[in-house]
Amino acid sequence: MTANTPLLKVNNAGIRFGGLKAVSDVNLELKQGELVGLIGPNGAGKTTFFNLLTGVYVPTEGSIELDGEKLNGQPPYKITKKGISRTFQNIRLFNELSVLDNVKVAYHSLAKHSIMSSIFRLPKHFSEEKYMEEKAIEFLKIFSLDNVMHETAKNLPYGQQRRLEIARALAANPKLLLLDEPAAGMNPQETEELMNLIALIRKKFDLTILLIEHDMLLVMGVCERIYVLDHGQLIADGTPEQIRNNPKVIEAYLGEEVS
Amino acid sequence: MNILKHAKGFWSSIVLAIVFGVVMQFLITGEIINFFYVNTLYFIGINIILAASLHLIIGITGQFSIGHAGFLAVGAYASAIITMKLELPFAFGLLAGGVAAAIAGLIIGIPTLRLKGDYLAIATLGFGEIVRIVFLNIEYVGGASGMTVTQLTTWPWLFGSILLTLIVIRNFTNSTHGRACISVRENEIAADAMGINTTYYKVIAFAIGAFFAGVAGALYAHNFFIIQPTNFGFLKSFDILIFVVLGGLGSMSGAVLAAILLTIVSTFLQSYPELRMIIYSLVLIIMMLYRPQGIMGTRELTSFFKIGKSAKGGVNDDSKHTVA
Repeated sequence: MTANTPLLKVNNAGIRFGGLKAVSDVNLELKQGELVGLIGPNGAGKTTFFNLLTGVYVPTEGSIELDGEKLNGQPPYKITKKGISRTFQNIRLFNELSVLDNVKVAYHSLAKHSIMSSIFRLPKHFSEEKYMEEKAIEFLKIFSLDNVMHETAKNLPYGQQRRLEIARALAANPKLLLLDEPAAGMNPQETEELMNLIALIRKKFDLTILLIEHDMLLVMGVCERIYVLDHGQLIADGTPEQIRNNPKVIEAYLGEEVS
Repeated sequence: MNILKHAKGFWSSIVLAIVFGVVMQFLITGEIINFFYVNTLYFIGINIILAASLHLIIGITGQFSIGHAGFLAVGAYASAIITMKLELPFAFGLLAGGVAAAIAGLIIGIPTLRLKGDYLAIATLGFGEIVRIVFLNIEYVGGASGMTVTQLTTWPWLFGSILLTLIVIRNFTNSTHGRACISVRENEIAADAMGINTTYYKVIAFAIGAFFAGVAGALYAHNFFIIQPTNFGFLKSFDILIFVVLGGLGSMSGAVLAAILLTIVSTFLQSYPELRMIIYSLVLIIMMLYRPQGIMGTRELTSFFKIGKSAKGGVNDDSKHTVA
């Protein structure tokens, strides 16, 4: 990959549910290593756009390319293997599994042992499972979740569940990480911790991050560029400073000025 | 040796099981336990296989299938054709029963596993009924009057099948593949987003479950002298479903335990046919009111013995549970 080809390139992508255009004509480019925010009022289509990127929905128009490879119409699990991983707005952990197993599920695509070797407990099964376990434990240490790794995921406090979800998404070894409202429901202190965590993982894993967020303090604080979505269309993009002063954005959030 | 060290608990439980099997064999051949109890024992064994196989589909993968008697029927008839019509040895019958049911599982699973929850339940219920009606209308296998089968099911075959079923399902569950299945149960969308091919694992779990239901069918057919389509109605499917639900969704030892208990209960209640269904239903109602998670919840029997060990969580502890 040359330095100036974008990691993610979205061309006129959109989806329509029957007569309803949920997202349309979105053009977006992410360069390797960028941290970009996606904001917009409720119902603007942000999460729908994430679902387009991850293959939950198939775009009805336009194209999505990762590293120059077209992703349209591929099933979600293949897109994840190609390098897009995500968290969810409403936490979706594997509740009954332990913290460790949650991360191990994300390592599944790395496992090289077949079903047969697991059923007959061939040496390959043990070496691969051991490798996965060691890797997962090492990984949880980065997120300081190793002290709760045998805890059932649903029993974790909210902040740790959020952290685990990010850890799990990262374990899938993405090039591009999509965070859907990571700070939702967090208190200011937890949000601050989250900002530090995002900065840390970005440096450590050489990641490109696209994040949806309502907490403007967080968005303006960490993002280098921001895209604004309203009624399914991009209405602005630029640096946090530009976005803050963009009349269209202010209008989308606060309504028109009375003249 | 490396493998032995990894799974000490596993191998010792197999040795224990084999000792139990041999002791039972002596009791049976020595006619120390009477025929009635031996027959009950066979019933229990067949039900254990059925419960464990459905546990993989419902308890682990979370696919609510209620047509399990259909696979039982496919296995029963396929094996009976092999042994009675083609006159091949019983071993082939067992294998053919399993393979035929697994193929039926694939054929049924690939289209229907796209459905979720209630819809899948209805589709599998339909499958079970279709299988029954198909056998009812095939003259080759005797139609409504059924097919006579020689009694070939013996304790070693039965015990070997139980052991194999439990080992395969346990080993599958406690591996990355089993974890993939559990992740589908826990949250299909998240599993998909983590790179799990959810359809593939649903179909695999369905096929393995169907295979062992087919093996159970072969053992069932050769235990009875006659098989008739009426033996495989949807009430049979519900019987198996009850083992899994009562034992605790997600616990194999729970399903096995429930299969043993309920088979014993229903056998002894056979002398009071009018009371049998009432007591049986009462047990279920009380159970669901006071312990809706089932006998074992999602825990396994072994987890009670090694609480200390799992808390430490040795890296190489193979018998550690994925489910609990």
